[in-house]
Amino acid sequence: MAFDPIYIHDINCVSPLGLDLASNWTQSLAGNCAIVQHDVGRLQNVYTAKITKQVADNLRTPLKDSALLERMLFTAAKPIVERHVPTSRTALILSTTKGNIALLEGGRTADAQLPVLAKKMAEVLGFQTQPIVVSQACVSGLLALSVAKRLIQIGQYDDAVVLAGDVVSEFVLSGFQAFQAMSPFPCKPFDKDRAGVSLGEAAACIYVSKEKGEFKILGEASINDANHISGPSRTGEGLVQSVLCAEQEANIDIKDIDFISAHGTATLYNDEMEAIAFHRLGLQDVPIHSLKGYYGHTLGASGLLETVIALQCMRAGVFIRTKGFETLGVSQPLNIIQRISCGKINRLLKTASGFGGSNAAMIIEKT
Amino acid sequence: MLKKTAVHKSCIIEQHRIVVDGKLMWASEPHVPFSDFAKEAFHHLDIDYPKFHKMDALSKLAFLAAEYILQDEDKDALALVLANRSGSLDTDVKHQESIQDTENYYPRPATFVYTLANICTGEIAIRHGLQTENAFFVAEEFPEETIFAYADYLLQSNKAKRVLCGWVEYFQEDYRALLYIF
Repeated sequence: MAFDPIYIHDINCVSPLGLDLASNWTQSLAGNCAIVQHDVGRLQNVYTAKITKQVADNLRTPLKDSALLERMLFTAAKPIVERHVPTSRTALILSTTKGNIALLEGGRTADAQLPVLAKKMAEVLGFQTQPIVVSQACVSGLLALSVAKRLIQIGQYDDAVVLAGDVVSEFVLSGFQAFQAMSPFPCKPFDKDRAGVSLGEAAACIYVSKEKGEFKILGEASINDANHISGPSRTGEGLVQSVLCAEQEANIDIKDIDFISAHGTATLYNDEMEAIAFHRLGLQDVPIHSLKGYYGHTLGASGLLETVIALQCMRAGVFIRTKGFETLGVSQPLNIIQRISCGKINRLLKTASGFGGSNAAMIIEKT
Repeated sequence: MLKKTAVHKSCIIEQHRIVVDGKLMWASEPHVPFSDFAKEAFHHLDIDYPKFHKMDALSKLAFLAAEYILQDEDKDALALVLANRSGSLDTDVKHQESIQDTENYYPRPATFVYTLANICTGEIAIRHGLQTENAFFVAEEFPEETIFAYADYLLQSNKAKRVLCGWVEYFQEDYRALLYIF
């Protein structure tokens, strides 16, 4: 069955580089990087993209005791819900991997549950419906956008606010360190000297509805590798299938894609897997970037944050370069964007991959 | 929207019992810890899958429910849509304990990898070769309307031929799995 298309109307984001879309865009254009050395709990001098205290002071505060993540989510979503006031048919889809996990340090286990965070956000943002939480590792943000599209298409809602956020915590940092997945310098996606991820924190927000809007979601999919719980498939099978399924729904030729916003975490295995997948798909000549060198890996926020910036690239007709990349370090050729440049971008392919074998792909067209 | 009457098969695991389509498949002695219950239920299946023993409790629960419900089922284009209340909180607490004390700091990759709610769907996908659509939701109670609507979308859009969906909740010995095949 063919469904009516769903459109993207409004976008916003919050990161260490800025507390709204305009400031993040200006910083990205300038090539500024949020990844610097920070102390996180007892872990010292770790390269992360963390919001400094001075920047945090300018975040909006929904409630007196709001945590950093809640303030970031609120700051990202508030302008969106002011412009698109939620009705009884508006969904709130929240994407996060770890929510307020730092509450475990103080033994506040019950408060660390994701539905507690979601309910709080729904209330302060004025939603009338029960919030929906998507927690699918590093594809959460992009999958949440697919979930919104799908639930509107099947008739559950008329429109949706998709909100994604994660913060840097000792909890997550210690785990990535135990995995030896942390880069000793700001991450270098697809580079021959890449040595792992830099973690970051951010919030992003996208408003979608069935009314015609600025961007049209042409197709999307989220297909599992069924291969390994922590390593990506060596053949990129789940990512290839996700892109093919999205392409089939979009009913376009793969050559009609103008621009790819990749996952590009800068781990050895992820970037290699993506290069293999894009090569298998015949996408090796399409301009491609990773934004991890600016924002770090923002986990459950990354897919949505990177979609927001990519949509802004489409609006402006600007290809943002891959910060941290110098020399190709994957086995298959890719057209990595190395210099900021101008050009018409009609169709975007956004992808993400993560633990649990998860992948997500979405094709978006400028209307 | 999909109705419960359209359910092809169901499986419930709670209170030391595994029930498929209303039929008791396996029950352990009451009051045994979940780890023992899971081990016995796994042995009852009589399958060779050593990876089971490395899983955290949530993945063991999800794995067992999937194993019992998928017996003799067609797995072609079978999507996976799961939800729970606590995410991976049970394992999160264990990872937190391993980093809480500076004197006794021992974060382990084998624990940390299970601090994501969707790892249990990954385990099922690997076991049954499901290179298919999958998603994990978190909600206070089983969000039946959302999950069934989402499953309905997957079927109507031809992104899946069938959908294995439901609830898999585990937190500190408190557990319940309720799976459906549409």
